[in-house]
Amino acid sequence: MLTSRYKEAFISAREKTWDVLVLGGGNAGLCAAISARRAGASVLVVESAPKDFRGGNSRHTRNLRCMHDAPQDVLTGAYPEEEFWQDLLKVTGGRTDERLARMVIRSSASCRDWMRAHGVRFQPSLGGTLHLSRTNAFFLGGGKALLNAYYRAAEGLGVEVLYEREAVGLEFEQDRFVAVTVKHLDRQDTLRARALVVASGGFESNLEWLREAWGPTADNFLIRGTPYNKGRMLRALIDAGAQSIGDPTQGHCVAIDARSPKFDGGIVTRVDAVSLGIVVNRDAKRFYDEGEEFWPKRYAIWGRLVAGQPGQIAHAIVDAKAMGRFIPPVYPPLQAMTIAELAAKSSLDPEQLESTIATFNAAVREGTFDHTVLDDCATEGLTPPKTHWARKIDTPPYFAYPLRPGITFTYLSVVVDERARVRMRGGDPAKNVFAAGEVMAGNILGQGYVGGFGMTIGTVFGRIAGHEAARVAR
Amino acid sequence: MSLDELIQEAQRQLRICNACRYCEGFCAVFPALERRLEFTEDDVHYLANLCHNCGSCYYACQYAPPHEFNLNFPRTLARVRAQTYRRYAWPAFLGRLYERNGAAVAAVMAACFLGVLLAMALAIEPWRLFGAHPDIAGSFYAVLRHGAMAGVFGLVFVFVVAAMAASASRFFVSTDFDSLKGGLADSLTLKYLGGGGEGCTYPQDEASGARRVFHHFTFYGFLLCFAATCVGTLYHYGFGWKAPYPFLSLPVILGTLGGVGLLLGPAGLAWLKRKADASLKDEAQRGMDDGFLLLLFLTSLTGLLLLAFRETHAMGVLLAVHLAMVLALFLTLPYGKFMHGLYRLAALARFHAERKLPPPRVGSE
Ligand SMILES: Cc1cc2nc3c(=O)[nH]c(=O)nc-3n(C[C@H](O)[C@H](O)[C@H](O)COP(=O)(O)OP(=O)(O)OC[C@H]3O[C@@H](n4cnc5c(N)ncnc54)[C@H](O)[C@@H]3O)c2cc1C
Ligand code: SF4
Ligand code: SF4
Repeated sequence: MLTSRYKEAFISAREKTWDVLVLGGGNAGLCAAISARRAGASVLVVESAPKDFRGGNSRHTRNLRCMHDAPQDVLTGAYPEEEFWQDLLKVTGGRTDERLARMVIRSSASCRDWMRAHGVRFQPSLGGTLHLSRTNAFFLGGGKALLNAYYRAAEGLGVEVLYEREAVGLEFEQDRFVAVTVKHLDRQDTLRARALVVASGGFESNLEWLREAWGPTADNFLIRGTPYNKGRMLRALIDAGAQSIGDPTQGHCVAIDARSPKFDGGIVTRVDAVSLGIVVNRDAKRFYDEGEEFWPKRYAIWGRLVAGQPGQIAHAIVDAKAMGRFIPPVYPPLQAMTIAELAAKSSLDPEQLESTIATFNAAVREGTFDHTVLDDCATEGLTPPKTHWARKIDTPPYFAYPLRPGITFTYLSVVVDERARVRMRGGDPAKNVFAAGEVMAGNILGQGYVGGFGMTIGTVFGRIAGHEAARVAR
Repeated sequence: MSLDELIQEAQRQLRICNACRYCEGFCAVFPALERRLEFTEDDVHYLANLCHNCGSCYYACQYAPPHEFNLNFPRTLARVRAQTYRRYAWPAFLGRLYERNGAAVAAVMAACFLGVLLAMALAIEPWRLFGAHPDIAGSFYAVLRHGAMAGVFGLVFVFVVAAMAASASRFFVSTDFDSLKGGLADSLTLKYLGGGGEGCTYPQDEASGARRVFHHFTFYGFLLCFAATCVGTLYHYGFGWKAPYPFLSLPVILGTLGGVGLLLGPAGLAWLKRKADASLKDEAQRGMDDGFLLLLFLTSLTGLLLLAFRETHAMGVLLAVHLAMVLALFLTLPYGKFMHGLYRLAALARFHAERKLPPPRVGSE
C-alpha cells in the first residue's frame, strides 16, 4: 500500500529532474547514492522491494574481502595485493579483467574507513570461520545491519528513497540517458535525471531467464537471495546497446538444503556435511569425489554438481561420527538407526543405498583422520573415489540432508570501464550511464568465486559510479 | 502460546541463529548459543537470561518478519524470561505472582499501606499522627515504636534474602569464584548494554547509551539507599544514635544521593520504555516492569519528601507512606522485576564458567 508520505515524495520525485538516479538500493546502490550526494548532487534511489525487504542480496551478506599489508583491527596477518590477485586468477581461470580487478583489490584496502564513517561496524570473524580471519572483514550484525547504517547515513545527507518502485524501462536520446519508467502496482511513471547509476543486481530471481539459460533443470533451483533481482535493467541496458560480458549460466551456485524456501533462505540453508560422508543422487548412487577440496572451493562446486544430477536432487549421508564437525544447519537432518530406514525417509531405494554404502565402506583405507588438512583417509579402487576424509559409515544413528542447487548470484554483466561507465557496442562509453555491483561483477568474475568479493566489487564500483555520475550531472 | 510451544519456538529460533551467527558481536547470547548443537529447555532459560532485549539482533536480522522464518529473537527470549521468573521462584507457589505481576505489586502496596496505618493507629493516639515534630532525634518513634518497625522489617528482610537466594540457586549455582567475579563485573558495568561499542539499539534502531545511564542511576541509587539504611541501623544499635539524623550525616547524604538516582533512573527507564519499539516487547510483562519502576520511584519520592517535611504536621503521614512503600518494595523483590538482575548475574557467571571450558565441537566451515 502507498502511504501518504510516499505518495507525496513520489509526486515531487516525478516533477523534478534529478542530478543522479540510482536504480537498486543494495550495497552498490547505497554506496553510489552516498558518494553522489557527498559530491553535491541531488540523488534519488529507486528500489523495487518494500522497505522491509530493501537491500537485495546485500542484506544476506556477512563480510567483504580486503587487501592489507599488516594486521588491522578485525583482520589478522597480511593479505597483500599479489596474493589476492593470484587467488582471483586461480578461481576465475583467467576469465577476469586484470586492470579492473587490480583496481578493486587496491581500493579494498581503504574501503573500511569509508564504511565506518557511514555507520558500518565490524567484528572479528565469526565462530567456525577462523579461516577467513585474515582475508575477510565481517560486518557486526551482517549485511542488513550494514544497509540500515547506509540508509540512515544516506537519508541524513538528503538522499531520497522510493520503495516499491520497479524500474521497467530506460529512455535514451542517442547515447544519452534521459529517463526511466518505474512501475508501482498497475501504474507507470517517468522519472528524469541527468545521470543514471544502475545497481539493480543480476537476474538470479528471474525464473524464466534462468530457464532460458539452463533449460528445464532450472525449475528445481532455489534462489538463496532476494526475489527482486529480475535483471530487468540488465536487459534494458543490453537492449539499449550496452556491451555484455559473461555466460548466463555462470554464477555462484552452491548445494543447500532442499527444504529451504524458494527465495531468500540466505546463509542458514547451507549444509556442509559433504566432506564428512558421502553424497548420493536420486538413484542412491555416488557421483563425485566428496573429499576433493576444502570448504570454500567445495562449497562453490557442489551446486553445479547437484544441478547436473537427475531431478537436481542429492542427499548427503553421514553417521554419528560426523556430528558436531560442521556448522549445524537450520533444518534438522533425517535420522534413523539403520541405512534402510534412512533411505525410506529420504525416498531412496533402501537396497541400493545399502549397497552403495557397503561398497564405499569396503573401499575405505583407514588413515589418520584430520579434517583440517587434506588427510590420508581415502578409498581404494572405487569410482568415483573419495580422496580425503574417507571413513566408514558404520556408526548409527545415520543422518541425511537433502540437497538442491542454490543460486547466489549470476555473472552475466554489462561491460564497464574503470570509471564505472557502461560501454556501448560501438566501443565508446555511454555519456551518463554507470553500473555497479552484481550488474557489472562479471567483468571481474567470469567464473568461480572468492568469498567476500561481491561486496568488495559493489563497494568500490558503487563509490566510483556515484562520484562520476555526480560529475557528469554538473 | 503454551509453555511447551514457547520453548519449541525458542529452540527453532536458536537453531536459525546458530546456523547464521551474524549477530555474534552484539552480546553474550550468541557466543553462548554457538557452543551448542541442540538446545535443552534448561539451555533456553539460560540463554534467555543473557539477553536484555536491546533489539540490535532484531534490526539486523534478515529473517525478521515479514520474512517467512518470522524471527523475533528479542521478543521470544523476553517471553522465555517471564517463564524463568515463574519457574524458579521460591517457594514455588508464589511464582504465580508473576502471572499478573502489576496487580500483585499494587495489591501488596495497598496492603502495606493499610497495615502500617493500622499499626500506627493501634499504637498511638490518632492526634499524634498529625502533630508537628521538632527535628530532634527520636521523633519518628513518637509515631511508631522502633521495636515494632525494626522487628517487621527485620523479618521481611530475612525472608526476602532467603527467597531470592533460593530462587537464584535453583537457576544456577557456581562455586567458581572467577566466573562469579566475571559475571559480577559484567553485571555491575552493564557491559552488554554497550551493544558491542557504541551503545545498543534501544529504544529505537539507533545506537544509544541512554538505557545504560538510566539503569546505572536506578541500580546504584538503590544501592546507596540500601547503604543509608545499613548505616542507620548501625548508628541505632551500635552507637545508640536515633533517627532522624542531621542533614549532613552519612545516612542522610547516602539516602539523598540514592534517592535522586532512584527518581531519575526509574523515570528515565519508564520514559524509554514508552518510546521503545513495540514489536520487540513482550506486552504481557508491562505490568511487572511498570509496577517495579513505579514502586522504586515512589519509595524514593516519599523518602525525600519525608526528609524535607520532617519538622511539619505532615511527618506522621509521610512516614507511614514511606514505610509502606519500602515494605512493599522489599516484599515484592523476590516476586517482581528485581529478580531479573539475579538471574542475569547467574547467567553471566555461567557464561564465564563455560568460556573456560575447551571450545566445544560445534563445527566450522
Ligand atoms: C545468501 C547470500 C550470502 C552472501 N554473502 C556474501 C558475503 O558474505 N560477502 C560478499 O561479498 N558477497 C556475498 N553475497 C553476494 C552479495 O550479496 C552480492 O555480491 C552483493 O550484495 C551485490 O550487491 P548489489 O548492490 O549489486 O545487489 P543487491 O544487494 O542484490 O541489490 C540490488 C537491488 O536492486 C533492486 N532492484 C532489482 N531490480 C530492480 C529494478 N528493476 N528496479 C528497482 N530496483 C531493483 C533489488 O530490490 C535490490 O535491492 C551473498 C549472496 C547471498 C545470496
Ligand atoms: S538474529 Fe537473525 S541475523 Fe542475527 S544471528 Fe539470528 S538469524 Fe542471524
Ligand atoms: S536483543 Fe540484544 S541482548 Fe538480546 S539477544 Fe538480541 S542483541 Fe543480544
